[in-house]
Amino acid sequence: MLKIKEYIIEKALFMCALITVLTTAGIILILTVEAFSFFRNVSLYDFFTDPQWTPLYSEKHFGILSLLAGTFLTTVIAIMVALPVGMGIAIYLSEYAPRSFRKIIKPLLELLAAVPTVVYGFFALMVVTPFLQNIIPGVSGFNALSAGIVMGVMIIPFISSMSEDALHAVPKSLREAAYGMGSTRLQTVFRVTIPSASSGITASTILAISRAIGETMIVTIAAGQMPGLTLNPLKPVQTITAYIVQVSSGDVQFGSLEHQSIFAAGISLFALTFILNSVSFWIKKKYRIQYE
Amino acid sequence: MLKESGEMKDRIKGGSYMLESKNVNVFYGDKKVLQDVTLQVPENTVTALIGPSGCGKSTYLRLFNRMNDYIENFRKEGDILIDGKDIYRKDAEIEELRKTVGMVFQKPNPFPKSIYENVAYGLRIQGINNKDVLDEAVEKSIKKAALWDEVKDDLKKNALALSGGQQQRLCIARTLAVEPSIILMDEPASALDPISTAKIESLIYELKQNYTIVVVTHNMHQAGRISDKTGFFYLGELVEFGDTKQIFTNPKNKKTENYISGRFG
Ligand SMILES: Nc1ncnc2c1ncn2[C@@H]1O[C@H](COP(=O)(O)OP(=O)(O)O)[C@@H](O)[C@H]1O
Ligand SMILES: [Mg+2]
Repeated sequence: MLKIKEYIIEKALFMCALITVLTTAGIILILTVEAFSFFRNVSLYDFFTDPQWTPLYSEKHFGILSLLAGTFLTTVIAIMVALPVGMGIAIYLSEYAPRSFRKIIKPLLELLAAVPTVVYGFFALMVVTPFLQNIIPGVSGFNALSAGIVMGVMIIPFISSMSEDALHAVPKSLREAAYGMGSTRLQTVFRVTIPSASSGITASTILAISRAIGETMIVTIAAGQMPGLTLNPLKPVQTITAYIVQVSSGDVQFGSLEHQSIFAAGISLFALTFILNSVSFWIKKKYRIQYE
Repeated sequence: MLKESGEMKDRIKGGSYMLESKNVNVFYGDKKVLQDVTLQVPENTVTALIGPSGCGKSTYLRLFNRMNDYIENFRKEGDILIDGKDIYRKDAEIEELRKTVGMVFQKPNPFPKSIYENVAYGLRIQGINNKDVLDEAVEKSIKKAALWDEVKDDLKKNALALSGGQQQRLCIARTLAVEPSIILMDEPASALDPISTAKIESLIYELKQNYTIVVVTHNMHQAGRISDKTGFFYLGELVEFGDTKQIFTNPKNKKTENYISGRFG
């Protein structure tokens, strides 16, 4: 009786795992198939070199660079916010804060990542953008800067939490060696602890970048719907994700080139985040070997 | 194998011992781990601290470079003097103290940096970045640690790629680069194979010319081979302290005798 029960549970768990794997495989398959149809009509060369992305206009251009520029811009801004703040928090929590404070603040920080992104999006549009317009002339109602900053706030916990873990994992013996030679606390942190945790910190940053690239709601709401080959953070842009939302929620005809274009955009996005996640994973793995 | 030299004449600089503890008690919270330890270490000697595991040897050693300060609820009573000065006095500078009192740890703990940067570290934190000065100090220190021939061609190599014994000598080189006058060693060879251990032991013996060395070991034979003075700790008390030869051939205390002859520990 017990045997049968175990058998059923084991199989059920296996099915759960299988469903996950099959779903991923299915997504990749559909992306690839649809993207293939797309690339029968649009050459890879045009896709990567055309400076315009206008699938929804009568004169259609399919240059992914415009969407990449939007994605790149918002992501860079987000990282410029999240990296210093996240690292500052990680260093403080790991090296300076009393243990009790650390226990309270860590889950609170992780709440930042739990706020629904639509809330962040409206916060960017309704609060941050008007504020920016007050202090910087020439800020558009939709712009990459506001979306990027708010996205940066959202990904702070990705960086602070993983970096803190990495700093925490640096063996006590290395800190003792540093102190033993007359290092101050600051010297120990910056010359020994952080460099020793650098692979973990890098991995966390890459994961945060990957998260920013994939972020959809904030940029859709606050960054605009204007694909363009620009790096001006004050102007509206469109990211890959925002484009996919725009087309998916619009009424383009199923099977049309416009429709297929979201799969081309989607597979680009997938490739980008997949590579970044793999790099992050690889760095983390390598780093683990180092101390064992 | 005991050393031939008979009674050591204590060399005392300027009227004070190099290291000295006076009636020291140490507590971790409510637990008393050292009990009324008084001991004097003369300059340019090797002092071995022996005793069974958990008797407080490491705790005692780490009093001299204030490494216990990081342990929550650590508390000390009594005085710890170096060169006659109380190193726990209010205006004592911990960083300065640690430049005088170097430490080598039980497990080799090189930084995950190049061999060169490991040794240069102690100078860099003092603001010394001149390449010629560093080059010279690195070479000198690695030579003193008897590691030069093995690493001179790949100083850029990551220190973690060295063998355990080489890593430990690198850690000694790193300590020497700061030019301390005292070196504390906490079971520096316990994680090493016999050949590496022998190298560390002869190194300690040589370093004695210029440094005052206190080494914790629970290998009695090692203590006998390398030290001039030996202190036997048991349950937080310094049971007996004297010339190594005397401790090993003619211990005054019954507990010391039992430990030396291997009846417990
Ligand atoms: N951080 C600490 N907190 C509480 N007790 C400790 C701590 N470190 C060591 N002890 C205790 O102090 C005693 C002496 O330890 P230690 O100095 O490491 O001994 P030894 O080096 O001779 O093995 C042991 O009973 C040990 O359990
Ligand atoms: Mg010990």
